[in-house]
Amino acid sequence: MDLFLQQILTGIANGAIYACLALAVVMIYQAIDHFNFAQGEMAMFSTYICWSLIAAGVPYWAAFFITIIVSFLGGLAIERIIIKPLHHAPVLSHIVVFIGLIAIFNSTAGAIWDHTIKTFPSPFPSGSFGGLIGLHEVGMFFVTLILLLAIFSFFKFTRVGMAMQAAAANPVSAELVGIRVAWMLALGWGLAAAIGAVAGMMIAPIVFLDPNMMLGILLYGFAAAIVGGISSPGGAVAGGFLVGIIENLAGTYIPAIGSELKLTVALVLIVTVLLFKPNGLFGKTIVTRV
Amino acid sequence: MNTGRKIAITFAAVAAMGMAATTAMAEKMYGPGVTDTSIKIGNTMPYSGPAAAYSQIGKSINAYFNKINKENGGVNGRKIEFISLDDGYSPPKTKEQTRKLVEQDEVLLVFQGLGTPTQSAVHAYMNQKKVPQLFVATGATKWGDPENYPWTMGWQPSYQTEGQLFGTYVLKNVKDPKIAILYQNDDYGKDYVKGMKDVLGDKASELIVAEESYEVTDPTINSQIIKLKDSGANVFFNVATPKFAAQAIKKIYELNWKPVHLNNSVSNSVGAVYKPAGLEESKGIISLQYFQDVTDPSIYDTEPYKKWKKFMEEYYPDGDQSSSFTAYGYLVAQTMEQVLKQAGDNLTRENVMKEAANLDLELDMMLPGVKIQTGPDDYFPIEAMMPIAFDGEKFVPVGEVVSVN
Repeated sequence: MDLFLQQILTGIANGAIYACLALAVVMIYQAIDHFNFAQGEMAMFSTYICWSLIAAGVPYWAAFFITIIVSFLGGLAIERIIIKPLHHAPVLSHIVVFIGLIAIFNSTAGAIWDHTIKTFPSPFPSGSFGGLIGLHEVGMFFVTLILLLAIFSFFKFTRVGMAMQAAAANPVSAELVGIRVAWMLALGWGLAAAIGAVAGMMIAPIVFLDPNMMLGILLYGFAAAIVGGISSPGGAVAGGFLVGIIENLAGTYIPAIGSELKLTVALVLIVTVLLFKPNGLFGKTIVTRV
Repeated sequence: MNTGRKIAITFAAVAAMGMAATTAMAEKMYGPGVTDTSIKIGNTMPYSGPAAAYSQIGKSINAYFNKINKENGGVNGRKIEFISLDDGYSPPKTKEQTRKLVEQDEVLLVFQGLGTPTQSAVHAYMNQKKVPQLFVATGATKWGDPENYPWTMGWQPSYQTEGQLFGTYVLKNVKDPKIAILYQNDDYGKDYVKGMKDVLGDKASELIVAEESYEVTDPTINSQIIKLKDSGANVFFNVATPKFAAQAIKKIYELNWKPVHLNNSVSNSVGAVYKPAGLEESKGIISLQYFQDVTDPSIYDTEPYKKWKKFMEEYYPDGDQSSSFTAYGYLVAQTMEQVLKQAGDNLTRENVMKEAANLDLELDMMLPGVKIQTGPDDYFPIEAMMPIAFDGEKFVPVGEVVSVN
């Protein structure tokens, strides 16, 4: 029973990691209508910026918010400089650019900060609830919820949020009603980079900071976003926790899966959800008129 | 290879060896890269790229060869020409550079090529070409296979050897052991587990109460650690690379689990593992070492340390004197020197290999009781190590040297 409870709580703790990144995935999907495979590496790079600021003596929360702003501007710049010229290029060209970005961020981080792991401070007190779940994980859980609330309100209640959704869903009509679609895309990139930065800064205290920090996590982030519904921030968060818990329980109680096939569980979840409920468990069904 | 050709080659080899034996007495025998005044030795090292920190090894070796060239006029009157090329830790590059060393520079042998993936890329090539691939700088177990790869030999204790030594340590020092193992799900991890099981023998299934693997893509290994703790084990064998080893140390502390914690040498680093995981959290972790820890002040007054320090100051002044890599390079270069000394004037590739497999050497920066020993069937030079524990600051010895035999 103890083992069961602990695996569930560890699942929730891992789930918070996935959920955080899944939010960034949803954000970019809302803005550009496809995945950004370099999302993880961008988040990792942001985390390094925060680490450098703290190492230089900047207090944690100041560094935290500076990093968010820098990441926002960085995301904006990437869209303006690299993605915009490719606006009418086929999806495959975009994917090639994403892979290029992965390599660039990964090796630049390695060249600047080397490849040894670094401790990243947590803003929350150390220690845990009876050894069951760390206080950082609990804090992260709430940060994820706050982030979720912010994103939800942004899309639901602000003009910019709605305009951004319109620009992603139907660029031509959006342009016709006076939305500056090109800038909406850039804004989406900026916001996604900022959310990714928060995710990175929350995740790094748990997994340690190194250039390959996000390698595996992004896969789980995608799984979370797809399971929950790529169009729904709330769904993505729920998906993150679901993936975390299912993965741990399957790894513990199904001998055939064990620790070796835990990642496979996440991938099977992606495929299953895409087969039976392509919009995710909590996603809206979008009907496109042809 | 078909049997007919195999037999033919064996005959040819026997005949060649017979001839070598009769003529060696009379005159000097030289393989490629050797003259009356010089010996060419090749090497590949990651001077750039993700593993560039290791290049200190190459620089220390180069410094040591400079020292013997200057002070002793080389080995047996022949100066060593050390050609060390950058492979950036990339296997295709290693292949290219090694070909260049063998075919253009025509070196006598390649020494201390660094990295498991990189050296694996030229493993077959070197054996086909019959060029010694000596004392490769990797812990994989496959380098000690004289039957199938007679031209390749490792140096440091292999992962499997270390697993065996940890097993021996547990049997000797832990009462009623119940072992839990965390290992990386690849050759490296499995080599360690196999080594441990070898030593435990029939009792392995009884003494090892839990085994959990992880993939390098796993975000955390917390789930595995919880399962291992749940097994009721009192020994935890940590076979993980630095990031995961540090995560394990942190999680075990958080869970308030207090097993005898054995940590593999891959992650036995204060800077890269214990510091990030937390010095308090890392207290008491046991690992194995085979040469002197140059950061331990208690050896600063000993003759071997002073000799090493003098060498560093004179021949490698910008080298890091607190790095284990520079001490390692110093030791492995001496092993190479010994092989060339033993080979005398018979510097054919065959004879170099024969002498490499005929070592019984004690080096002063090694820990007392750790010898370098090889034989025609034993391509594992170092098979003894000393258990040490981390006390929150430095390592302290916690028992006698354990050896495989």
